[in-house]
Amino acid sequence: MKKTVIEFRNFSFKYRAQVQNTLTDINLTIAQGEKILIAGASGSGKSTIGHCINGLIPHYYKGEITGNLFIQGKDAAALEIFDRSKMIGTVLQDSDGQFVGQTVGEDIAFALENDCVGQNEMIPRVSRVSRLVDIEQHLHAAPQDLSGGQKQRVSLAGVLVDNVEILLFDEPLANLDPATGRYAMEMIDDLAHETGATVIIIEHRIEDVLWRPVDRVVLIDEGKIIRDTSPLYVTALSYAGIQLTEGMRLSHPSRIDPETIQEPLSCWYRQEIKEEPAPNRDIVLTLSDVSFSYTADREVLHKISFDIRRNEMTAIVGKNGAGKSTLCKLICGFEKPTDGKIMLAGKDLNGVSIRERADKIGFVMQNPNQMISQIMIRDEVGFTLKLRDMPKDEISDSVNESLQICGLYPFRNWPISALSYGQKKRVTIASILVQKPEIIILDEPTAGQDFRHYTEIMEFLQSLQQRGITILLITHDMHLILEYTKRAVVIADGRLIADDSPARVLTDESIIKPANLKETSLLTLADKAGFEDPFDFVKHFIAADREARHTPCHP
Amino acid sequence: MKLNTRTIVAIGIGAAVFLVLNRFVSIPSGIPNTTINTAYAFLAFLAVLFGPIAGALVGFIDHALTDATAYGSIWWSWVIVSAFVGAIIGLAWKRIDIEKGIFGGKEILTFNIYQIVANAVGWGLLAPVLDIIIYAEPSDKVFLQGAVAGLANIVTIAVIGTIFLAIYAKTRTKTGSLSKES
Amino acid sequence: MSSVKMLSYIKRDTPVHNLCGVTKLVVFLAWTIVCMLSYDTRVLLVTLCFSLIIFKLARIRWREVRFVLAFIGFFLLLNDVAIYIFSPEEGVNIYGTRHVLFQFSSRYTVTKEQLFYLFNVTLKYLTVVPVALLFLITTDPSEFAASLSGIGITYRISYAVSITLRYIADIQNDFHNISQAQQARGVDLSKNVSLKKRISGIASIAVPLIFSSLERIDLISNAMDLRGFGKHKIRTWYSARPFKTADYIVLAGMVLFVLVGLYVTFHDGERFFNPFVP
Ligand SMILES: Nc1ncnc2c1ncn2[C@@H]1O[C@H](COP(=O)(O)OP(=O)(O)OP(=O)(O)O)[C@@H](O)[C@H]1O
Ligand SMILES: Nc1ncnc2c1ncn2[C@@H]1O[C@H](COP(=O)(O)OP(=O)(O)OP(=O)(O)O)[C@@H](O)[C@H]1O
Ligand SMILES: [Mg+2]
Ligand SMILES: [Mg+2]
Repeated sequence: MKKTVIEFRNFSFKYRAQVQNTLTDINLTIAQGEKILIAGASGSGKSTIGHCINGLIPHYYKGEITGNLFIQGKDAAALEIFDRSKMIGTVLQDSDGQFVGQTVGEDIAFALENDCVGQNEMIPRVSRVSRLVDIEQHLHAAPQDLSGGQKQRVSLAGVLVDNVEILLFDEPLANLDPATGRYAMEMIDDLAHETGATVIIIEHRIEDVLWRPVDRVVLIDEGKIIRDTSPLYVTALSYAGIQLTEGMRLSHPSRIDPETIQEPLSCWYRQEIKEEPAPNRDIVLTLSDVSFSYTADREVLHKISFDIRRNEMTAIVGKNGAGKSTLCKLICGFEKPTDGKIMLAGKDLNGVSIRERADKIGFVMQNPNQMISQIMIRDEVGFTLKLRDMPKDEISDSVNESLQICGLYPFRNWPISALSYGQKKRVTIASILVQKPEIIILDEPTAGQDFRHYTEIMEFLQSLQQRGITILLITHDMHLILEYTKRAVVIADGRLIADDSPARVLTDESIIKPANLKETSLLTLADKAGFEDPFDFVKHFIAADREARHTPCHP
Repeated sequence: MKLNTRTIVAIGIGAAVFLVLNRFVSIPSGIPNTTINTAYAFLAFLAVLFGPIAGALVGFIDHALTDATAYGSIWWSWVIVSAFVGAIIGLAWKRIDIEKGIFGGKEILTFNIYQIVANAVGWGLLAPVLDIIIYAEPSDKVFLQGAVAGLANIVTIAVIGTIFLAIYAKTRTKTGSLSKES
Repeated sequence: MSSVKMLSYIKRDTPVHNLCGVTKLVVFLAWTIVCMLSYDTRVLLVTLCFSLIIFKLARIRWREVRFVLAFIGFFLLLNDVAIYIFSPEEGVNIYGTRHVLFQFSSRYTVTKEQLFYLFNVTLKYLTVVPVALLFLITTDPSEFAASLSGIGITYRISYAVSITLRYIADIQNDFHNISQAQQARGVDLSKNVSLKKRISGIASIAVPLIFSSLERIDLISNAMDLRGFGKHKIRTWYSARPFKTADYIVLAGMVLFVLVGLYVTFHDGERFFNPFVP
């Protein structure tokens, strides 16, 4: 039998400020070399479990622990955070916070410096590890010069350099584009095989994590462990009436035996599904030949042109650093295009102030901390209304409605500082919703959201769309664009390379590659089942799924 | 006293925030071309949160870096005074338990007494004396300069520093105070 | 809003750049101390000449420092005017003689002593400028913390400085994003609203900046703890530059320079060089 490295025994935890337990009666055993995915709703306690393992609880977060936790056979209560750092390497979600060195090399060496390793040993070790994660070209680069994916690699190198036996990742994919995310999962998997390390991944993007097999999925709900999982292709299989059994190796579609699925899948696929007609509406937002650069030496956006029609939900996709957020900043007037024109309902926006644009265009930024200016949740959501001198009781009604939509009503009287990352993101969405803008731009609205809130937010956006609001979203989530949007604008290296239906974009190799996107697992599945036109299959699935979601009883 | 990691990071980040505030965020005082600088209020705020050593170091590093990056050289006399002011205000840290979320009338008074003394002695006395010793500048001039700088700082810290602390105290959640409501 | 131009490291391959950071820091500090203590015109002038020579050696271009020099020039001029207004007889008091050149009013006379004194004040401020600039422009910031720790400052404090240098850009970025987000939500930052609104507008930027920074402090210190920062009494530095022969030579030269400078200044028991004494 394999050695147990982590064992929770009837473990409960309550944050100092809380009345209820955050973790209740956790029993979890992780064996050496295992690869575990911890998933669950936002605010369910996943990060809290991570903190218990790496020692931030009780080193930093104070609270009440009952029950036991053993790490490599030792009682965790007796282990200081330094002792644990020798056994467990933690990669935090925020790669900027984790990147403390002024250059890549310095950051990778950080743990070694703290251990007083001499330069003659440190330098070769750093260069060896940097080769392992493929960052050795950038050892002298500053964090500002790296893309999100590269920073993630540096974080990984920074913990690997210490030869730890347990790797703990808290949402490693949250801000990575699909291809980089996939690459990160491959890298983690290969390294784990090479070093025999135990890997624990906390992540909402289950699909992407399952790109490489995991041994177990641990599902958390309200601080308790429940088990289950259902990535996209599994749903497709179940629509087709295929019995899902243990022996089918469902961890990844490429591993599924084609024999077992071909028959029923193609049978399902041949069923008729009605297509919705493409509506023709008037144009609200026009970009024509918009170019932009932050510094004279590099153009971030080059001659971008597209139209957004009223009532549309459009996705902007592309790799990290492609210029998606920058594009939104231009639309909102935060930055001025160096060339080209942006027009709102036929009116040139040049010279229109941020403030005036904000009446029509609401923008939810990528990083919630940069939007939040108040202490209490209610004040934050009602802030804009207060600035507009709305009467108190009207503000209160709007705020309540918006909080309910975003699933924050039970927390309405809390300070924002006690919320999880995903919950904060929802606060910022709520605070834009109260303004009732005509166009809403959301920069990665579902990053860090669990499936339920994700669905709620998307369903809600869809209902807004039906009420005549135009929605523009930036996302790295291919599932999202397939399910909810009819149109995807693809940006690669500052140029617009495609503007088409999501299903077509995601089945076109010549777009996927330069934009760092990823074909959906459905495509792999279609391939496995030997279908001629995978694009059609994907379309079929989406239509079926839409229908299924609107009928109360799931198959 | 051994500085813990959090205090060290606070010194580092605090100095960076101070630099940015100093550059961009100043409040017009109503008098033309005279602005109230929020940076010193932030220094006082950090000093109360993290104690005298952090206060002194943030004052020192900030002022040295601001001087160096803006003027290309460092006026040590004023750098020392900034450190001194940070340290003295930091002494209030022992008397104000801000982490527990307590910041009432008594605490506000304590904080302001410390900051007034620190600024009065620092800018009103120490800065001019150092200027006379190092640069042999005329005493009338440096005392007036010190008095003006000191007074401006006292007012800024009294208003904005107090507000910062009050807001911070509000974010500190009390034990067992949070539960979901329906 | 564009970011304000700041003086910073410019990477180049010159003898000055290649010196160890510790050496440069020691030279910078010793140089500053001599300039602070001495008021001797001869010492100050020689010092200024030396620093200009090193300036050439480091191949710093005029346009890279032009704006700072203009800034300092203006500042010093203002300072001279202020001194004159407050104390037109300061030079006379110091040098003990009085050679009137001409007279504005009964209080404001222009004397040779006063002009010489003002010249010295300006010179004194000016002499440190080139060394400070040199130090800033030729020292790699990532080596700076290692240098501080090299002259005996505890590594904890040295690391705080390193964190400042690492995060200035990030925080500046945060600031811009926050200010844009607040403007989009209706906070008016323009000059044409009432004072009260402007103050509250600025608070709505300062508050999130400060509180998101506090959050950052927690995050970074957690990340550092998790990677074992502060475990031991000492720590090593990846980016420290090893000591070479050139460093020893420069340090020895510096010691000589300090001794001579201080001897020349104080051998007559006076900080001031007095050309007016017969
Ligand atoms: N410092 C804290 N003080 C009090 N309560 C906290 C604190 N941190 C988290 N909580 C609460 O504990 C619960 C679990 O938080 P946790 O961060 O573990 O969630 P999570 O599952 O990681 O969520 P997400 O997916 O959004 O990151 C949340 O309801 C949150 O409000
Ligand atoms: N304030 C800025 N100053 C200078 N360059 C910037 C600034 N903000 C972004 N950039 C650069 O512009 C490019 C586009 O950045 P942008 O944030 O728009 O990318 P993105 O597509 O949103 O990426 P991600 O998916 O990682 O959020 C990047 O190369 C980035 O380094
Ligand atoms: Mg979390
Ligand atoms: Mg972005």
